[in-house]
Amino acid sequence: MPRINDYIPIVGEDTIEELKILGEKLKGKVIQHINSTAVGGGVAEILNRMVPLMNELGVDTRWDLIKGGEKFFNITKKFHNALHGVPIEITDDEFDFFCQVENENARAINFYGDIIFIHDPQPIGLVARKTDLGKKWLWRCHIDVSQPVESVWQFLKKFVEMYDIAVFSVPAFAKQLSVRQVLISPSIDPLSDKNKELPEEIIGSVFEKYKIERNKPTITQISRYDFLKDPVGVIDAFKMVRRYVNCQLILAGNTATDDPEHDKVLNAAKERAAEDPDIHLLVIDPLHNDIEINALQRGSDIILQKSLREGFGLTVSEALWKKKPVIAGAVGGISLQITHKYSGILTHTVEGTAYWLKQLLNSPEYTKRLGLNGHEHIKQNFLLTRHLREYFLMFLSLYHNDDIVHF
Amino acid sequence: MPNPFHFYTRLNLTELLGRKATNLAELLEGLKTVPGSSIYYHTHRFLQQHHFLSPEPPNDFAYWVSNILQEEKLGEQLAAVDIIQFKKIRDLRDKFISIIEGYLKKNPVMREAPGEAEFHFMKSVTFIIPTQYTANNLAEFLQAIKKISILSMYFHIFEARLRLEKGDNDFSNWLEDELKENELAKVISNLDPYTQTLESLRQKIIYLMEKRLNAQNK
Repeated sequence: MPRINDYIPIVGEDTIEELKILGEKLKGKVIQHINSTAVGGGVAEILNRMVPLMNELGVDTRWDLIKGGEKFFNITKKFHNALHGVPIEITDDEFDFFCQVENENARAINFYGDIIFIHDPQPIGLVARKTDLGKKWLWRCHIDVSQPVESVWQFLKKFVEMYDIAVFSVPAFAKQLSVRQVLISPSIDPLSDKNKELPEEIIGSVFEKYKIERNKPTITQISRYDFLKDPVGVIDAFKMVRRYVNCQLILAGNTATDDPEHDKVLNAAKERAAEDPDIHLLVIDPLHNDIEINALQRGSDIILQKSLREGFGLTVSEALWKKKPVIAGAVGGISLQITHKYSGILTHTVEGTAYWLKQLLNSPEYTKRLGLNGHEHIKQNFLLTRHLREYFLMFLSLYHNDDIVHF
Repeated sequence: MPNPFHFYTRLNLTELLGRKATNLAELLEGLKTVPGSSIYYHTHRFLQQHHFLSPEPPNDFAYWVSNILQEEKLGEQLAAVDIIQFKKIRDLRDKFISIIEGYLKKNPVMREAPGEAEFHFMKSVTFIIPTQYTANNLAEFLQAIKKISILSMYFHIFEARLRLEKGDNDFSNWLEDELKENELAKVISNLDPYTQTLESLRQKIIYLMEKRLNAQNK
């Protein structure tokens, strides 16, 4: 696991020095993160990197999980989709069952932190304990809630307004709320297995393992099998392009323990691919996930992230960090990561995606420049060190009321 | 003995106010009621995020009016607000309000922002942190200014003047009050930080100080 000073060659000494000063200011406070899964998905990934670094910077930080069975996670998956605007009805029984599981967890968990940092809707109801425990409570929303199903948002809003601060990734996710709202984008770790430099032999061996050619232009989308990532639309766009350019497509994802829709979406993609030998649908074993994803991105010519809805879409930052040109849906946080035609391409339709794929495959110089600009943008704004700094500032802001704080 | 100059830096946390505008009337209403920290944020955000670019992009209000509402004439007027002329956020706020009110009187038909392109009001919470650098005289100041971070430059040039409403940048204030270097203070004060990158501003200040030190040593 990288140490904080390992980031100096990437972000500079000043940035790390600032983090150390902020860590010093937070000495004595215990931060307790709580979410629903330790593996798979963006939240677990960020916490796995961030918790050790916060501790190294002198901030006592720990991480707990809530418990919930299949029925509970099916309901929270429905919440997730409804918050993304998918028209879904949730019954009173399902709301009641959700509250029941929240109460069981609220009784079972030891809330030892000074700052309780809750991630996403699954554990949102734990805040009911604020009335008897006090402490500072933060709710981190990693989801695009700009156009939610209103009944589900109203149900969750009652909990959100009990927190001290709600944290959103994108300005458009902000709501009219009675509590403070902070804007913090997520980040990638440039030293993680998923993002670090890889020798050519490893990239080659991963392509060989999955029997994918290296001498053919390769288009890749990395994301778990989820309708909101539109894998079927990606296959349709690819087929439009392949009529004119000899190329191949990789769709690669793993499965998160809290995602019951995985198999359904994978089967829909398989059906649309219709055993086309140039379409590779990979389900990556979580044990080898990070290095293999890294290798697949580095070995590709163009990366797609054709999301229909997106909490943030960090796979875009991962690809840009590797200087790869990215074509992505203009949704959620993707528009913060890509400035259209400058650091990547933003599209809205299958046809638009196909059009830009053809353009980029035929314009290698422009394609290269997009990747380089994207890399610089990610370096300035989407690395883990910026994310750590903003979390520390937010923790400190819980203890200061003014807009200007002198230390 | 003059009081030493302590170099500080500043780190910002962005707060969402949960308030948005979809047309000019809503933008105007927001401008009248949001906290001063929000006016500061939207007139300085691009400077912070793109401090390596020159010419720098305009303030958020001008950008949104020009690029989203496509009201290019008004956008140009808002971009042309000469921020360096304002010593108080309140006066800067009034300037934006008067420009938009004047425009709406002549052009009452308003355009609506397309979906997901609304203007979202935000504000900065600023944390001011001491750095390891201090200076007791001009020579020490020159050495320090070569080493401080861009954020520290940013704090003493922009934030101190308008956000903390000290009237002038910290460097000029100290040079004048403590070292009695009134001429040098004035020249630095007259450099417009809004039309150049911070790095080029740093280089100009270094040049001016070296020139002054050479003159003193003759």
